Amino acid sequence: MTEVLKVEHLDKSYQKQPVLHDINFSIAKGEVVTLLGPSGSGKSTLIRTLNGLEKYQSGTITFNGKKVVPNDKNWQTLRQKIGMVFQSYDLFPNLTVMDNIILGPTKVQKRAKEEVIAQARALLKKVDLLDYEDSYPRQLSGGQKQRIAIVRALALHPEFMLFDEVTASLDPEMVRGVLNIIRDLADQDDMTMIIVTHEMDFAKQVADRVLFLQDGKILEDTPGNQFFDHPQTTRAKEFLESMNF
Amino acid sequence: MAHSGINVLFEGTNFTRLLGGLWTTVQIAAVAIIIGLILGIILGVLRTFHNPLLRLVLRLYLEFFRIVPTTVLLFLFYYILPRQMNIHLPGPQMATLVFALWMAAEMSDIVRGALISVPKHQRESGLAIGLSRYQLYRYILIPQAFTLELPATINLITRIIKTTSLLMLISVMDVINIGQQIIEANNQHYPTGVFWVYGLIFLLYFLIDYPLSWWANRLEQKRMENIND
Repeated sequence: MTEVLKVEHLDKSYQKQPVLHDINFSIAKGEVVTLLGPSGSGKSTLIRTLNGLEKYQSGTITFNGKKVVPNDKNWQTLRQKIGMVFQSYDLFPNLTVMDNIILGPTKVQKRAKEEVIAQARALLKKVDLLDYEDSYPRQLSGGQKQRIAIVRALALHPEFMLFDEVTASLDPEMVRGVLNIIRDLADQDDMTMIIVTHEMDFAKQVADRVLFLQDGKILEDTPGNQFFDHPQTTRAKEFLESMNF
Repeated sequence: MAHSGINVLFEGTNFTRLLGGLWTTVQIAAVAIIIGLILGIILGVLRTFHNPLLRLVLRLYLEFFRIVPTTVLLFLFYYILPRQMNIHLPGPQMATLVFALWMAAEMSDIVRGALISVPKHQRESGLAIGLSRYQLYRYILIPQAFTLELPATINLITRIIKTTSLLMLISVMDVINIGQQIIEANNQHYPTGVFWVYGLIFLLYFLIDYPLSWWANRLEQKRMENIND
């Protein structure tokens, strides 16, 4: 299996307050990893670090065998290969749905507009939002916005995707649609993904592996089924119980 | 013989002279506003960068133009620049320079304020699709800041326009200066001329500034409605 991402001895602190401590893990191509853990355990910080949105003090991140030299320029190049979707969707309110999607591909990757639009329409069709390409984000519901945000990330042809609590601010009835899209990405497209979520059922369905975080440390790094059925640490067991799982 | 004071406006070439003065005023204001807008946007963007020296210099520039009264600025530029630095410019150009620099200073603050009030998430999701800093500002931050800053910008423009009434202090033949000359020249025949001349000048300034002010209010109201949506 080819290793897409490898994190070694990653340490991060805010004003001497450690938030991530000695993080080590790696992800193979096509693997789906969920980051679980209580609030404040560092899940979001970790996933943001993998996209260069958070700085880290020490340790290394390796993509496709190449160590990242953490500076703005390198991260800017890398981010085209790493799709990220956020909790609050963050579509650009000044642009239409279509312009939101094609901004990165046309301006950053300098691809031909016609080709990108065709690809964007195909993706929109997949998420059942083909009729909305000329709408502005404010005209869409939360679930629709989040689906567009996923399409916007996919339009860059990322090698892997980061999902940071993407259903956390959605109405319960909207959650399923978004999760189905992510599941399809895993099943049909074999997308490599790291998912931070509080949806335990969903995590169990998609996770090839679970990283369980507590106080900025990885307490468990176990295959998905094993984690949910037989968590190794008592802390993880308590966590699953607290989530009524 | 009873004659109405209003005729002072139509005596000889008085009316066209006043309009000519207004044209000078408008030209100075317009050029200063355009230069000030462009420069102000650039400086406003620079003020959101994290370079401490750059921020300090631009902050001092802003405070200087904000604190020093415009009258003093005009005198400083009109009397001191030529004498101390041997820069000689005709009055109208000197005035344009002063107003442009003032506009740029105030504008930079408006732009900076608008840029930093674009939600942080917008910046992050722009970065996440690989945008460079320039692209982030060009496609995301500046367009979004634009709607936020538009009412304040229009209000600033109305302030610049009405402050051009100080131009006569540095002997620019603007609408006020010409009005003053007409009043003095016709004082004997038209004792109430001052009322009519300044009445007309009031009307002219009102006609230029009021629509701008109305527009700014409307935009502000619309924005509040959108926020409350």
